Amino acid sequence: MEEKLNSPTFQDTDLIYPESEKEVSDLIKKFYKSNIPIEIIGLGSKRNIGKPLQCAKTLSLFKLNGIIEYLPEELYIKVKAGTRMSEIEDILEKNKQQLAFEPIDFGYLFLGKSNYGSAAGQIACNISGPRRFKVGSARDHVLGFRAVNGRGEIIKSGGTVVKNVTGYDLSKLICSSYGTLAALTEITFKVLPAAEESKTLVIHNLSIDNAPEYLDKAISSSVDVSGAVFLPIHPICNDCEMSVEKTFKLNDLKNLGSLTALRIEGTKKSVNERMESLKLFLNVDEKNTSALDTFQSKILWKKIKNLELFSATKNNIFRIVIPPSECTKLIYELPNKFKYFVDWGGALIWMEACELSEGKFNSIRKKVLKHNGYISMIKYSDYLPYVEDVFTINNARFNISQDIKKSFDPKRILNPGKMYTGI
Amino acid sequence: MTKLQMPKIDRKVFARKDTIVKDLKKIVNPEYVLDHKDELRPFETDGLSAYKQKPMIVIFPENTDEVSKILSYCNSEKIKVVPRGAGTGLSGGALPLADCVLLCLGKFNKILEIDYKNRCVVSQPGVTNLSITQAVQDKNFYYAPDPSSQIACSIGGNVAENSGGVHSLKYGTTTNNLLGVEAVFMDGTISRLGGKTLDSEGYDLLGLITGSEGLLCVITEVTVKILKKPEEIKAALIGFPTIEDGGKCVTEIISSGIIPAGMEMMDKELIRATDNFVKAGYPRDAESMLIVELDGTESDVTELMERVKKISQKNKATSIKISKNDKERLKFWEGRKAAFPACGDLAPDYYCMDGTIPRGKLAEVLKEIQSLSKKYNLPVANAFHAGDGNLHPLIMYDSNDKKALAKTEKFGEEILKYCVKVGGVLTGEHGVGIEKRELMCEMFNNNDIQQQIKIKKALDVSSLLNPGKVYPILRKCAEEGRVHIHGGKTKFPDIPRY
Repeated sequence: MEEKLNSPTFQDTDLIYPESEKEVSDLIKKFYKSNIPIEIIGLGSKRNIGKPLQCAKTLSLFKLNGIIEYLPEELYIKVKAGTRMSEIEDILEKNKQQLAFEPIDFGYLFLGKSNYGSAAGQIACNISGPRRFKVGSARDHVLGFRAVNGRGEIIKSGGTVVKNVTGYDLSKLICSSYGTLAALTEITFKVLPAAEESKTLVIHNLSIDNAPEYLDKAISSSVDVSGAVFLPIHPICNDCEMSVEKTFKLNDLKNLGSLTALRIEGTKKSVNERMESLKLFLNVDEKNTSALDTFQSKILWKKIKNLELFSATKNNIFRIVIPPSECTKLIYELPNKFKYFVDWGGALIWMEACELSEGKFNSIRKKVLKHNGYISMIKYSDYLPYVEDVFTINNARFNISQDIKKSFDPKRILNPGKMYTGI
Repeated sequence: MTKLQMPKIDRKVFARKDTIVKDLKKIVNPEYVLDHKDELRPFETDGLSAYKQKPMIVIFPENTDEVSKILSYCNSEKIKVVPRGAGTGLSGGALPLADCVLLCLGKFNKILEIDYKNRCVVSQPGVTNLSITQAVQDKNFYYAPDPSSQIACSIGGNVAENSGGVHSLKYGTTTNNLLGVEAVFMDGTISRLGGKTLDSEGYDLLGLITGSEGLLCVITEVTVKILKKPEEIKAALIGFPTIEDGGKCVTEIISSGIIPAGMEMMDKELIRATDNFVKAGYPRDAESMLIVELDGTESDVTELMERVKKISQKNKATSIKISKNDKERLKFWEGRKAAFPACGDLAPDYYCMDGTIPRGKLAEVLKEIQSLSKKYNLPVANAFHAGDGNLHPLIMYDSNDKKALAKTEKFGEEILKYCVKVGGVLTGEHGVGIEKRELMCEMFNNNDIQQQIKIKKALDVSSLLNPGKVYPILRKCAEEGRVHIHGGKTKFPDIPRY
C-alpha cells in the first residue's frame, strides 16, 4: 500500500506512461525527429540524484511492469524495467534467493520512509549496499537487458547466462548511466541463494583511529565476512541529528556509543564457528562486544543499507568511494563537523554535511581526488540546492564519455545534462 | 583451412612500409621494430592456428608513452594496428592483417605493486595470469579467474577477452575481478579507468573495454582484486548411469542453494579417453561424470559436501568419491585438464566449440549433440563447465579427408546455433574474434550490432584498431566457429586447455 501511494504523483504536466517497449520506441523516435529532450524515469524514487533536468516531456517506465521469467535453478530473473524492487525481492525471498548486491531503498533518505523504486532505477544508478566488497555491485549482477536508444531503436545485449563474451558488454555501460544512454525496457538480474544464517559481531566504542584497522583485519582474514561497517557517534554535529543510538536500537546491543559491525553469513554451524574464530582473531574483549543473531542482524544491515542513519535529513548527503587504506587519512582532512559512517570495510564513506557551500564541496572533492577516490552529491539541501559537478570526472574520461553518449543518443535527447553538462 | 575474408589491404600503406618502419624506429628502440619476413613468421598466428597471416611490421613498445605515440602516428597515417598479448587466444583475436602494425605488449612484463592493504595487484599487461597468484600466494592470497592457459596467457589479454576459467560461477570472470586499467585509445589518448576503488563513477568504461577483444583500446596497466585463499577445498568425483541424471544433479545442486567453486561434467567418451591418458581414477563405466569442488571454511565444506552427496544419490549416482587431501583433489582435476590432449589420441584432428547454455538445458543439448554426431557420422566428446553452462564439445575428424572437414564445420555450426536456440550464447570464454564473427547474427539483430559498431567508431573513428574481428564481414553470417587442432598439436602444445 505504501509503495502504491508513492507511485508517480509528480506535478509534471507532460508525463507519459508508455505501456510497451514498442510504444517507448515510437515515442523516442518521435522526439528524436522533433529534437525534443525528454526525462526518463522509472518510478522516480531516485529522481533527485544528479543534476536537475528541464525537459519538455517526462517518460515514465511505471507501466512497463511485471516479472517476465524467473528460473530459480538458473539463477536469474528477467523483469520489465519499471517493475518494483519490492516485488522482485518478495518473490526471490519466497525461493530463498536474493539480489546479492543489496540494492538500496533511497526512500528513507529522501522521504523518511520506504520508496524502493524500480529495477531500471537501481541499474541506472548502480549504487550498491554493504555486501558490495564481497559480491560486486549492481553492474556485476546484470546479465542482460533490452532498451531503446536515443534514435528510438530497440537494442539488446547480454543474455541470461553468467559466462558470456559475445560482443561488447553493454550491460556494464548501461549501469550507472542514469538514463542518459537508453531507456531500459527489460533487465535480467543474476540471483544468488540467500544465506541461511546471518550473525553480526559488534565491537563497541571504537574510534576512527582504530575501527578501520579492525574492518581491514576482518576482511583480510579467512573468516569471510560479508559486511564491515563503522558507525561513529563523533564528531557531534549540532545541525545533524546524531542518531546512531536511536536508529540501531537492538535488544542484544550491550553498550551505547559507536558501533563497528562485522557480518558473517552461511550455514548455521559454519556461522557459529566463524563468529568464534573472528573474536579470537581480532582479540576483542567480551565486555566490549555484542553478538547479534539472524533476526537482529538482518534488521541492523537493512537499516545500514537503506541509509536510515540519515532518514529524511534536510542536509546535503554525499558519497565518497576511496581505496580502503586512505579512509582514516581522508576523514582527518575533512571538516570535522560532518556526520558520517564508513562502509565496505573502509572503501566507502557516506557523509551528511550541514552548511555546505559549493566551494566547500569542491575543496572536499580535491582532497578525495588526492587520495585517489571520487565523490558524488546524492542529496541536495535547501541551502545548497545545486552544484555544477554532481559527479567526478576528468577531461580524458569526459571526452570519451561524450563520444559514447553520441553513439547511443546523437541528439542528446535522453536525460541531457543529468550527469555532466554536455552529456 | 577455411578461407577467411579480412578487411581490404590498403596498398598505399603497404607501399610506404619502409618509411613507416623508419618512423616507428624513431618512437621505440629500433631493435624492437621487426619487418623482415623471417622475423615476422612467429607472429603470423595466435591460439587459433588454422589461420595464418604475417603482419606488415611487429613492434615492441616499452612504456605507455611509446604506445600512445605509436597509436597516434598510426591513426594519423591511417595504418591498421592489431594488439597482441601472449597470443594464446582461441578465437583469432590477435590474428595479424597483411597491412597492420602488430603491437606486442611482451615488454610490459613487470608486476608494479602488491597492495595487501587495498587487496589488489597493479601489473603491466604482459604479465601472465598465474604470475599474479604466484606473487601473492605466500601471504595466502590469489587471483580468482583461472583460464586453462593461465601459465602462458597475459593479464592484458585476459582483460581483452574477459577470460573466465573453471571457478567463474562463484568468483566471476575477469570483469568482476578487475579494479582498474590504464588504456591508450587509437588517437593516442591515455586514460586511467577505475583504480583501487571498488566502484568507479560515470559511464562504466572499464566494464565496456573488458571483453572488447582489442577493438577499443590498448591496455598498458592492470589493477586486479586479490582474494584470501579459502580455508578448505574439497572435490567430489561422481559417476552417473545417464547424461540426464548428471544434468539433473547439476540443476538440483544449484537449486538447493549451493554455489560450488567449480562444477565440471564429462561424457563417457571423454571419461575413458582422459582416464587412459592420466589414470585419474575416473568411473569408467559411467555415462557421465561430475567434478564438484567446494571451498570455504572447513565446517561449510563438510556440511555442503554431505548435501552434494545426498543430491547425487537421489539422482542415481553410481559412484561418489570425495577427495581426502589436496593431492587427491588435484588428481581429479588432472584428468579434466587432460581432456583436450586426450582427444588428440582419439582422432587426428578435433574442433573445440565454446557455447554457453542455461544449465537446465544441459541434458537436452548433449542429446542433440549426440544425435548430430550420428547425423554427421563424426564422433564427439563433451567437456562442460557445468556450473556456468559453458560447454566445450570436441568434434573428432581427419583433416586429410576433405569431406570430413566440411561435415565437421557444418556440425559445429549446428551446435552453436542450437546453443542460441535454447537461450544460450555463442561464446562463453574464447571470444568471438574472427572465429565466430559471422555467427553474431544468430544472436543479435541489425540494431544490436549497429549500436556496438557505433561505439567502436566513437572511440576509433577510422576503424583502425583490430579491424575485421568480432563483427560480421560476410553477409551469410554462418560459416565458422571452431578451434581447429591438427594431430593433437595446438599452437602452444604445452599450455593446458580445458
